[in-house]
Amino acid sequence: MKNNRFVSALVRFMDGEVSFEPKAKEEEIRRESTHKEKTVAERYYKWYEKSGYQTFKSAYIVAAVLIASIIIGALLLTVSYLPPYGEYANPVNNEVTERYIEKGMEETGAVNIVAGVILDYRAFDTFGESCVLFVASCSVMMLMKKGKKGKTEEMLENYNPKRDPVLKSLAKVLVPFNLMLGIYVVLNGHLSPGGGFSGGAIMGASLILFSSAFGYRKVRPILTEKVIKIVTFVSLTFYAVAKGYSFFTGANHLHSIINPGTPGRIISAGLILPLNIAVGFVVTMTMYSFYALFTKEEI
Amino acid sequence: MPFIANFPFFCILITMFGGILTSMVNNKWAFRINTVIITATLVLNGTLLMFLIKDPQYFTYMMGHYPAPWGNEIRFGPLEALMGTVFSFVTLFSLISGKTEIFEDVKTKNIHYFYIMINLLLSSLFALVYTNDLFTAYVFVEINTIAACAIVMAKENGKTLAATMRYLIMSLLGSGLFLLSIVLVYGITGQLLMVPAHEAIVKLFQTGSYQVPLTVVLGLVCVAMAIKSALFPFHTWLSHAHGSATTASSAILSGLVLKGYIIMLIKIIVRVVGLDIVVQLKAVNILFVMAVLAMIVGSVKAIQENHIKRMIAFSSVAQMGYIYLGIGLGNMAGLIAACFHIIVHAITKPMLFSSAGGLASASHHKKDWGHLRGAAYRNPLAAVAFLIGSLSMIGIPFFAGFGAKYYLSMAAMDMGAKMWVALFALAVSTVLNALYYIRAIAVIFSKNEGEIIEKHKNSASYAFAMVIFIIVNVALGLFYQPVMDVITIGMGLLI
Repeated sequence: MKNNRFVSALVRFMDGEVSFEPKAKEEEIRRESTHKEKTVAERYYKWYEKSGYQTFKSAYIVAAVLIASIIIGALLLTVSYLPPYGEYANPVNNEVTERYIEKGMEETGAVNIVAGVILDYRAFDTFGESCVLFVASCSVMMLMKKGKKGKTEEMLENYNPKRDPVLKSLAKVLVPFNLMLGIYVVLNGHLSPGGGFSGGAIMGASLILFSSAFGYRKVRPILTEKVIKIVTFVSLTFYAVAKGYSFFTGANHLHSIINPGTPGRIISAGLILPLNIAVGFVVTMTMYSFYALFTKEEI
Repeated sequence: MPFIANFPFFCILITMFGGILTSMVNNKWAFRINTVIITATLVLNGTLLMFLIKDPQYFTYMMGHYPAPWGNEIRFGPLEALMGTVFSFVTLFSLISGKTEIFEDVKTKNIHYFYIMINLLLSSLFALVYTNDLFTAYVFVEINTIAACAIVMAKENGKTLAATMRYLIMSLLGSGLFLLSIVLVYGITGQLLMVPAHEAIVKLFQTGSYQVPLTVVLGLVCVAMAIKSALFPFHTWLSHAHGSATTASSAILSGLVLKGYIIMLIKIIVRVVGLDIVVQLKAVNILFVMAVLAMIVGSVKAIQENHIKRMIAFSSVAQMGYIYLGIGLGNMAGLIAACFHIIVHAITKPMLFSSAGGLASASHHKKDWGHLRGAAYRNPLAAVAFLIGSLSMIGIPFFAGFGAKYYLSMAAMDMGAKMWVALFALAVSTVLNALYYIRAIAVIFSKNEGEIIEKHKNSASYAFAMVIFIIVNVALGLFYQPVMDVITIGMGLLI
């Protein structure tokens, strides 16, 4: 019995029925009327109500600015200790860059060294990057997309542009050229500066321009949520399978059927061209779906 | 190279592909595919671990056709395989135990997105554990950040959205600092892979050039990882994010996501910079101070909490302090003890969160002490799991937590002034831990007078997962020596 009483007393204490927290207001007023002397806690409480909050807030702002400027100063100071820009003797000019520059074209078949590095030498990172886009677009879908009973056609109509002749006539001229440029940048990613990420961004931008000039109804027949899902899925699956094969053969020193081909040709550089196309699709779809979701919460 | 050396790569690839595949299926299939894939990774990692225990060695696995300084690479030994196994195990059983709640808490349209995020999160954790490349680590840190925020957000209500916002901002700050430090490492060494970067850093340290950037790099990495893994004073996001998310998310976030970054930090300390250089540059002392404060502040905050999940979340802050204490000691024994505590916390905290979820669902989903009183009689299994988890966290012998505290205090011996501080902090923190966990136990085990007890029916999957968690916890408490041996061998091969 004694034990039980002890436990229940302990529980009551732990439950907060007996607590050290500052008392609630009514109690405080009652206390004040009986005792003229104020405890430290009450004084603090009153001060906090009256001016403490403002004081803390301004102190917080001052401290934030101070800490941020100290960190900025420290980092700027660090920059002055770094190797000078563009010197030949810098640590970055070592055997790594040497091989990329001298043997890159021969080994990967890509005239554009950057494409060779990101899609062949360090393709695992790029696979991670395209998955970053995928995971980002999935989280935006999760957050922004409303359920099935979303918007009716009339409500969607509100998001359509008002009659804007300047935008429309400019878009008419710009969209085809932009799309063409995007496709060119993707397809020539291994030959000239560009590639999946930049080309995809151009294509995505032109889709956004088209959609904002002519309205969602014109986009819907070709770009629905399903299409976006399928295209992303197919592109990423292709990337995973193709690069998985390449990693597997590389690590196990097996013969790979992928060869660099003749550098400079459009069909060359092994997997780089198809991977660029896959990345291009993922980037285009992600950009467009971001735009659509953020403007009308639906694709 | 034996075929078994492909397993880590398969784990990363199938979890990644699982995420991509899940985007095309409905919610039921998402759960099924997810379970199959995570079970597969558990089998793969477990097999690899068995193989590496029998024959301790490390493998360097080229990702592609180009060797070390040019192409990407993953590298693994017993320690990495052990961590991979623990990660798959914890994810699998957290999801199984939290399945009912996931389907209740998360909106129907979002459930398959939730599973996509889990898959990608696990894949990024594997990549963080196995990678041998700093930039790959950064890419997967990005995936990890977004996916972790998304699984907090999945339970869409005001609280979780606000918590996600805090978490996102802090987490992005951490990612940014980590990226800066990688840029600085590349600027002064010209290398991104860990082993060549280590060689270059040792050379720089001996010649005495670029000392300032090197110190800044270490500081940035430590702060970045401390933000990511909620070390005091960067812990403010944790209680909100872990306290308000759905149970499975909280379990995975505190059990695994925090740990992925700590393992990354240990790898950077041991493999990239080298432990003796880190000790000479005094970076560990900062971690030591923050760890000691975290151990005490986290516990005090947990005592003040009135909400069971937030209490467990603040307990995580204290436990992160323990792990960083091991790192902050700056010796090999400390790092080994930290690794052991990572495993202990990774299997105990998900159990605590799941059991708290079970207790709450037996108490009308209310999570404050008033409503939880007598919950043990309504849901005995969850209460037993909570009891064992608490005892383990306090550090009672025969439960997992005991070994960790024992090895941490052993590692603190012979460290001069650090020894006294560490032992004092361990003692104080243990007493504070006991204070809030015993309160919780007392509340849930004390009957309301005159209450008619309605037994809460646990789903079979929940019961199964809890039993497995309990068995593993007790097993680790009884047989910690073999695990320590694996970690010790693995740590030796990590360099």
